[in-house]
Amino acid sequence: METTTPLARSIPITTTASRPSARRSADRRAGRLFFAISVLPIGLVLIMIVALVIRAWPILTAIPIGDLLTGTTWKPLAGEFGFAPFIAGTLWVTLTAMIIAVPICLLCAIYLSEYAGPRVRGVMKPLLDLLAGIPSVIYGVWGLIAIVPLVENVIAPALSKTLGFLPLFSANNPTGFSVLAGGLVLAVMVTPVIIAVTYEVMQSIPQGLREASLAVGATQWETIRYAVLPKSLPGIIAGIVLGVSRAFGETMAVLMVVGNVVQMPKSIFDAAYPLTALIANNYGEMMSIPMYDAALLGAALILLLVILAFNVLATLVLYRVTERAAT
Amino acid sequence: MQAHIQVRDLNVEYSGHAALKNVSVEIPKQQLTVIIGPSGCGKTTLLKSMNRLLELSDETRVSGQVLIDGADIYDPAIDVTEVRKKAGLLAQRPYPLPMSIYDNVAYGMRIHGLKKGRDLDRAVQHYLELAGLWNEVKDRLKSPATRLSIGQQQRLCLARGLAVEPEILLGDEATSALDPISAQHIEERLHELKQQYTIVLVTHILRQAKRLADYVIFMYLGEVVEHGPAHEVFSNPREERTRAYLEGAIG
Amino acid sequence: MKKKFARRHVEEAIFKVLMIGSFVLVVGSLGLILLTVIVKGWPALTLDMLTQTPKGGYYLGKEGGILNAIVGSLYLAGGGTLLALIIALPIVIYLAMYASRSRWAATVRLSLDVLWGIPSIVYGAFAFIIMLAIGMRASLLGGIIVLGLLELPIMVRAIDEVVRIMPFEMKEASFSLGATRFETAVKVIVRQTLPGIVTAILLAFGRGIGDAASVMFVAGYTDRMPESLLRPAASLPLAVFFQLGTPFPEVQQRAYAAALILTTIVLIVSLGSRWLSGRLSRYVVK
Repeated sequence: METTTPLARSIPITTTASRPSARRSADRRAGRLFFAISVLPIGLVLIMIVALVIRAWPILTAIPIGDLLTGTTWKPLAGEFGFAPFIAGTLWVTLTAMIIAVPICLLCAIYLSEYAGPRVRGVMKPLLDLLAGIPSVIYGVWGLIAIVPLVENVIAPALSKTLGFLPLFSANNPTGFSVLAGGLVLAVMVTPVIIAVTYEVMQSIPQGLREASLAVGATQWETIRYAVLPKSLPGIIAGIVLGVSRAFGETMAVLMVVGNVVQMPKSIFDAAYPLTALIANNYGEMMSIPMYDAALLGAALILLLVILAFNVLATLVLYRVTERAAT
Repeated sequence: MQAHIQVRDLNVEYSGHAALKNVSVEIPKQQLTVIIGPSGCGKTTLLKSMNRLLELSDETRVSGQVLIDGADIYDPAIDVTEVRKKAGLLAQRPYPLPMSIYDNVAYGMRIHGLKKGRDLDRAVQHYLELAGLWNEVKDRLKSPATRLSIGQQQRLCLARGLAVEPEILLGDEATSALDPISAQHIEERLHELKQQYTIVLVTHILRQAKRLADYVIFMYLGEVVEHGPAHEVFSNPREERTRAYLEGAIG
Repeated sequence: MKKKFARRHVEEAIFKVLMIGSFVLVVGSLGLILLTVIVKGWPALTLDMLTQTPKGGYYLGKEGGILNAIVGSLYLAGGGTLLALIIALPIVIYLAMYASRSRWAATVRLSLDVLWGIPSIVYGAFAFIIMLAIGMRASLLGGIIVLGLLELPIMVRAIDEVVRIMPFEMKEASFSLGATRFETAVKVIVRQTLPGIVTAILLAFGRGIGDAASVMFVAGYTDRMPESLLRPAASLPLAVFFQLGTPFPEVQQRAYAAALILTTIVLIVSLGSRWLSGRLSRYVVK
């Protein structure tokens, strides 16, 4: 009778434990180092929030939040810090930019996704990247040269003659430095984001849905309107939210064209003073007036928290939208 | 046999690769024609050439003629939405439109302005009955179509397609994604509907083909190899490749 | 069958016109911006602007150039991009090789997404706070650090994108030959994704060099060439901004020239990254 020893027993196999290799320990050391480095992003977010809260704390405790956010007087020397004009400025400019940008970007994205040929699409991607890559100051320069005079000499006279009875369009500002100028410049700046997101969302809609609508004899436009767009809606809204948060945080371009007058804007031709401009214009004197630094950094904190909320929301929605479409 | 659809010298290319080569075939009126063949042979391409859905993908080139009742549907003067209204599609996966069950069925009728008001209500009910779905949804017509099971969704798509009063029904593997019971439902509906409509069904399930077909078209590698009445093709195929496919040697 | 004049087709035609109009508007804006910068900047662009630093009286209209800002920007963005790269690569490798599906990885990714959305002025304000706290003054080093932090999420996102679409089989092949995670990362992944990494570097660089709101706080400004890491450094965006703010038309003209220089650099970087990533794709398995 043959007894055969199992093959595994007859060949000694060196286990990794018996021969620690230099390569394996290098791998482990690299892993530990990389892990340590990966702490940085998380730490950075936390430290940012903490640092801003600490520096803004004096003013957050000195004046109740309600008064801070709704107070309209801004007299740092007298210790009065009402953020309302700046919050209003940011909101006015952002809203104007969105009203202008959203319809145009949607139409453009629909065209790219549903009608345009591959050559047109091929041109658009680099173009949008270019538009997104232009520095903020350059947009500001363009705004100064092209948009402010346009508002001053063309749009304001035209609109106030026809619709001037509405407070929204009353032109009391002789210069073109206005909410509208800021809104126009911002509209171009958020265009790449909104178009890119809307395009991606529409592309992720399965072709079968379009075929189902076309097969009953619908036109392409009817298919878009009744089948594609309703399905894309959450994603499109997320894209708009991302655009809003980009507009909120925009500094240089807006600052150069919006007038920087501390007031509550009543018309799109009024000058305004967004939060970002407030911080950028005055950081030099931050340390010379008591609580000024806390106030300005408090403004930065408000910006941070609002933008954070918007971004997290939009990213979550987009994640779920593109994930569901893939199933 | 009266031909409802006539395909003449149809050539279809996708990005330079030939999907259909010189296909000429006729689809008999008010019968159920089945297109069979191994995967990649061009069955779906042939099917979609009949309602001009091929044009949706970039870089598709179509040459030849497809005549419905004698008129070439690829004639540039013809309104493509009318062509598609004439030939309804039942796809492999049901795609309910993002609206209620009622609105799904009413969709086609509304955009073509076919019916309004009370007539619309009656029509929706009629087509849901025709598709065999009415009893299951009559109490929840306004609820979203996505809440239906996949078998119900497919019947909804059938109702939706019938509602625009086509003459032709095109089915692209219409039961492949369904469970056996739902698949049977659809097959029964199709069997009844062939009295009124010309039905063309693409399928890779031979048994289904044998159950339903009045007329058979067998395709292989982009060409029509053989076609004829079902009992002839199934029991006595003329071509070697047809015989091989039916016996399971290829595809 | 009916011909094409129904109301539904007219409606579609109208929207098509609107869509094309919007498209033209978007394309046109880009063209307009570039045109404006070139038209205003070209006349003011002299050799002096490129080769000299501001001499006394520069801001009153007398001689000098913005070499200080050009070089300052290159140092700032260059240093910042390098810093971002050094931090980003390990993070990407870690996420791809070591901890892909863990909760930790998800948290890291989430933080990077958060950082990506934070506007540069908040980065600047934050860096300012830290600088004050540790007693550092406005300096080149401060600018490099803040730009590095600003560029980090951009770079991680861009590199991660290319690493993610790498076929899993490639990693499998490397492991099945007995390579460690680290070796696979360095020898296989980096080589395969090199074009993507180059693109990411240039993308981040372009973003960094154009940013004003963050460096404003921490890098200061100076008329001198960047001499040491601890002294302030000039930057092109701020050069544009400050010169535009003076009441002298000659100086404002120079601002346009500086804007043209900045835009040209950004354009070169953007278009160059496309070209370069094409050239570097030699070893890439498609």
